[in-house]
Amino acid sequence: METVISIEHLEKSFGDHKVLLDVNLSVGKGEVISVIGSSGSGKSTMLRCINLLEEPTGGVIRYKGEDILSLNTSKYRTHVGMVFQQFNLFENMSALENCVRPQIKVLKRKRAEAEVVAREYIDKVGMSAFINARPSQLSGGQKQRIAIARALSMNPEVILFDEPTSALDPEMVGEVLDVIKSLAKTGLTMIVVTHEMAFAREVSDRVIFMDGGIVLEEGTPTELFGNPKKPRTREFLSRFLNG
Amino acid sequence: MFFVQVWEIVVKYHSYLLKGMGTTLLIALIGTIVGLVIGLLTGIVRTTPFSKNKLLCGLHKTLNSIISVYIEVFRGTPMMVQSMVIYWGYAFLNGGSTLPLIPAGIFIVSINTGAYMAEIVRGGIISIDKGQFEGAYSVGMTHFQAMMQVVIPQVMRNILPSVSNEFVINIKDTSVLNVIGVAELYYMAGAIKAINFQTFQTYTVVCVLYFIMTFTVTRILRLIEKKLNGKANYTICGSQSDSHAEIHVHEQEES
Ligand SMILES: Nc1ncnc2c1ncn2[C@@H]1O[C@H](COP(=O)(O)OP(=O)(O)OP(=O)(O)O)[C@@H](O)[C@H]1O
Ligand SMILES: [Mg+2]
Repeated sequence: METVISIEHLEKSFGDHKVLLDVNLSVGKGEVISVIGSSGSGKSTMLRCINLLEEPTGGVIRYKGEDILSLNTSKYRTHVGMVFQQFNLFENMSALENCVRPQIKVLKRKRAEAEVVAREYIDKVGMSAFINARPSQLSGGQKQRIAIARALSMNPEVILFDEPTSALDPEMVGEVLDVIKSLAKTGLTMIVVTHEMAFAREVSDRVIFMDGGIVLEEGTPTELFGNPKKPRTREFLSRFLNG
Repeated sequence: MFFVQVWEIVVKYHSYLLKGMGTTLLIALIGTIVGLVIGLLTGIVRTTPFSKNKLLCGLHKTLNSIISVYIEVFRGTPMMVQSMVIYWGYAFLNGGSTLPLIPAGIFIVSINTGAYMAEIVRGGIISIDKGQFEGAYSVGMTHFQAMMQVVIPQVMRNILPSVSNEFVINIKDTSVLNVIGVAELYYMAGAIKAINFQTFQTYTVVCVLYFIMTFTVTRILRLIEKKLNGKANYTICGSQSDSHAEIHVHEQEES
C-alpha cells in the first residue's frame, strides 16, 4: 500500500509546554484511521501539525515521501483538507459559494466548472436544498455537512477530521457520521479524531490511541477495542464504555 | 424680526451656502472613503503575521512602527493644527507656493480619518473568529486570499456603523479647514457675516444647515446598513416530492 502521510518523531511545544513528545504514524492510501484519547493528549495538535496550522517544533511529516515543510503550503493543503469541530464555514458566503470560491481562488477553476463540482458534493452530503442558505441559517449538522462538501470540492487526497461531531446536538451526530461513513467507502484517505467509539469501531481500518503526546497503542478496531494491551488504553476505554 | 433676517440670509446668500455645503460634503465624503482605504491597508499590514524571512520581517516591523507613530500623532493632535502644519509646511518646503485648497482639505481630512479608521479596521479584523482564517487556510488560501475573500467582507459589514459615524464627524469637522481658507460651509458663514454683520442670524442658518446634512446622511446610512445586513430569509430549492416547490424560510429579524 502506498504511504500517503508519514509522521516521524513529531514534536510540538507551545513555549515550555511539550504537547507532542514523539509521534510516529504512517497512513496508507485509502486508509481510514480513527484517533482516540483523553482530552489534552494532543490529538488536535497532531492533526493541526499535519495541516500545518501549527508548525512542528521537531521531527518530520512527509506527504508522499516529501517533507511537507519543503512543499508549497497552499498547494499541499489542497491535497490534505480539514474539517473542524466548529465548522469554520465562511460566514459571508452562501453554502454553495463556500464550496465554489476556494476552487476558483486556489485551484483556478472556472466558475461554471467549480459550481458543477460543488453541487455534486453538496448533493452527496444531502444538502442540495440549502445551497442558497447562509451558514447562520443552518443547523450545526447542516453546517458540518457543507464543511465536508467544501473540503471534498478541492478533490483532496486526504481529509482530516477534528472531532467533527463534538459541537453538535445529539440528534445531529448521526447525519454527519453517516456522511463520513459513506466517504470511507470511496477510498478517500481519512484521519478522524473522535470520541464516537461505535463509529471508530465500525468504519476505521486502524485505531490510534494517543496519550501524553505519543501514540501509545494502535491496531485494528477489533484488536484495540477487543483486546487493548496497555493499561492506559484499557483504563480509557473502560471509562468510555462505563459512561 | 429675527426670522425675517434669517430668511433674508437664506434667500440672498443661498448660492454661497449651497456651494459651502457642497464643498463640505465633498471633502467629508472623499476624506472618509480615502480614510477607510488607509484604514484597510494599515489594518491588513498590522494583522499579517511576520514572515520567516528575516529581511521581510524587518521591513514589516519597521512599517508597523511607522503606522503606529502615524496613528498616535494624528489622533493625538487637533485637526485644526494639522491643517496649518500641513498646508504651511508644504508652502515652507516649496518656496512659498501653496497647495490648491480643496485638494489640500481632502488630503488633511483623509489622513486624519485614516488614523481613526486604522484602529477601527484593526479592531474589526481582530474580532473576526480565528476559525474563519483557519477555514480559509485549510482549503489552501493564502493569508492575503483569506483576508480579501473571507475576512475583510465581514469586517466591512461589522464596521459600517463606525464608518458612517466617521463620515458624520467629518461633515462637522471639515469646519476647521476654514483656518487655511477652504470655502466650506463654515468659511462661507464668516464671509456672509463680514458683509451683513448679523453674526447670530448667520450662524443660526449655518447651524441648521449642518444639522440637516448630518441628519439626512445618518438616515441614509442607516438604511444602507439595514440593506447590507442581508435578507433575513432564503429559499429552499426543489423539495423532494415537487421540484418546483420553493420553501421560503424566514429568520427572526435581528433588532
Ligand atoms: N495554541 C496553543 N497554545 C498553548 N497551548 C496549547 C495550544 N493548543 C493546544 N495547547 C495545549 O496542548 C495540549 C493538547 O491540546 P490538544 O488540543 O491537542 O488536545 P486534544 O487531545 O485535542 O484534546 P481534546 O479532546 O480536548 O480536544 C493541551 O494541554 C492544550 O492546552
Ligand atoms: Mg481536540
